[in-house]
Amino acid sequence: MPFSGAKRWLIVGIALAVLASFFSGEMNRYYLGIVIDVGIAIILAVSLNLINGHTGQFSLGHAGFMAVGGYFAAWLSLHMGANAKLFFPLSLLAGGVLAAVVGLCVGIPSLRLRGDYLAIVTLGFGEIIRVIAQNTEAVGAASGLKGIPKFTTLGWTFGLAALTIYAITALVNSTYGRGFLAVHDDEIAAESSGINTVRYKVTAFVTGAFFAGIAGGLYAHHKQFLSPTGFDWLKSVEIVVMVILGGMGRTVGVIAAAILLTVLPELLRDFAEYRMIVYALLIIFMMLLRPGGLFSINLKRRSSAA
Amino acid sequence: MQQTIQQLINGLGLGSIYALIALGYTMVYGVLRFINFAHSDVLMLGAFAAFFLAPMVEKALGPQSVMGAILVIILAAAICACIGMLIEFLAYRPLRKRPKLTVLITAIGVSLFIEFTCQNDAVLGSATRSFPKLLPEKQFTFGNLVIGSTDILVPVVTLLLLGAMWLIVQKTRVGTAMRAVSYNQQAASLMGVPVNRIISFTFGLGSALAAVAGILYSMKAPGIEPLMGVQPGLRAFIAAVVGGIGNLPGAVLGGLLIGILETFAGGIPGLSNYRDAIAFGILILILLFKPAGLLGRATIEKV
Repeated sequence: MPFSGAKRWLIVGIALAVLASFFSGEMNRYYLGIVIDVGIAIILAVSLNLINGHTGQFSLGHAGFMAVGGYFAAWLSLHMGANAKLFFPLSLLAGGVLAAVVGLCVGIPSLRLRGDYLAIVTLGFGEIIRVIAQNTEAVGAASGLKGIPKFTTLGWTFGLAALTIYAITALVNSTYGRGFLAVHDDEIAAESSGINTVRYKVTAFVTGAFFAGIAGGLYAHHKQFLSPTGFDWLKSVEIVVMVILGGMGRTVGVIAAAILLTVLPELLRDFAEYRMIVYALLIIFMMLLRPGGLFSINLKRRSSAA
Repeated sequence: MQQTIQQLINGLGLGSIYALIALGYTMVYGVLRFINFAHSDVLMLGAFAAFFLAPMVEKALGPQSVMGAILVIILAAAICACIGMLIEFLAYRPLRKRPKLTVLITAIGVSLFIEFTCQNDAVLGSATRSFPKLLPEKQFTFGNLVIGSTDILVPVVTLLLLGAMWLIVQKTRVGTAMRAVSYNQQAASLMGVPVNRIISFTFGLGSALAAVAGILYSMKAPGIEPLMGVQPGLRAFIAAVVGGIGNLPGAVLGGLLIGILETFAGGIPGLSNYRDAIAFGILILILLFKPAGLLGRATIEKV
């Protein structure tokens, strides 16, 4: 599949990100903040799409992985002193790796679970992470982690977003990646044709968690404040809504949904109290009327991408 | 020793409520094979129904009468049964032939919709309200042990309802039909079982149980608010899985187990902060070592 095409998009994406970061100094701080939010949302949504969309496992704990990466990266930055800025990419990477390790720990016990059981375990895992964060003095316990240096820039966010999109598209479109789709389509059939479904599920979990951890690190150094309640299961639901709205397994749709669902609440600030009601109705109506995603009409020709 | 027994009694009270909620989860799961995420919100609606009904009933029958309390519970249960059937009709029935995951996601949507609509100031508002006293409360002391009347009431009601459910499922025609639908929907409909009506009935029954649980929970809880169902709902769901989902006595066993363990953990200084995580920890352990639950039987997946 379009390996070279994907690579082209990676280069275009990173070039755009670098270009944009030159102008970021002149941008309105408020808009700049929203644009960075969009980039982080894209990383989260695309990485969850690997688990929920391509592999067909329903995870409700993405905010948990995000929290692991965010807290760890922020903690590293706070303890690095003067050199923290230099090591920012390394902190992000470390946050991602720790999230991936945690993803492995969740993935292995959940490998014998399917569908709704997995949803509950991942939900529970997210809650456990939140409770641990709430009770750990080193990361500020219930009052949250304050004073994280502001390192996240436009360039970093979109460069990493481009990298995430590239890595996950390349993974899914590789020969190895066909296994994810096989697990998605029919787990039992895949198993009986000799595909190691457990390995694919765990790979999806670990990869998804890694990128969620990186997004968490970016988020921490963008908001400069982390609180355990910010990573409750509603945050996970928000990311799930992006994947559902975009159409599970449709990367382009998911990116569009991530942009839409980050920008829209900002535009509709006056209606903030109705936001979650609208999200809930969106979930219900999408499932009833357009289970393929809001944007599925444009992509009908590429039915193999489902 | 005294303290241990006291905690055991408290845990039994909490566990019985979890058990009652878990019964509703398990019945719906048993017939339809999906988690009704909105169950915990029906519980909340039941508590609020009682909150609004209680003053009316009090006007008619006098304060804190036994008849009045029973009337409030029955009315609230009836209201919630209707709400449950409505949810099933509007949100789940159109998706009956779709993948299970679709229904699960819809259920999450329904749950969020109820929660956040009720939190809106135009509906119920997010403020905590104090629940009216339906029955006079008494405390019995045995030596150093203190047992409140609700601590006795709750397990008794749970056991009675477990018995009633067991009778319905095992001994009545509707119960036979429920088991048939659970076993094989298509075959049941070929044998003349009205599948839609049976599923609707199951939802009604489960929601009525949720309402009763909601009222009992509110009698012990300091106040009621639109998100009150979330935490007990999650634990009750875990209880249902731990006991073996679809299995009625299993749900009660799981509920008691989680309630008691949680109460004991609350008494241990280092662990008390982690109370919220304990149920999930138990769930993960059970799924690791006995994925079908304590009383459940492993099922072989048909292709």
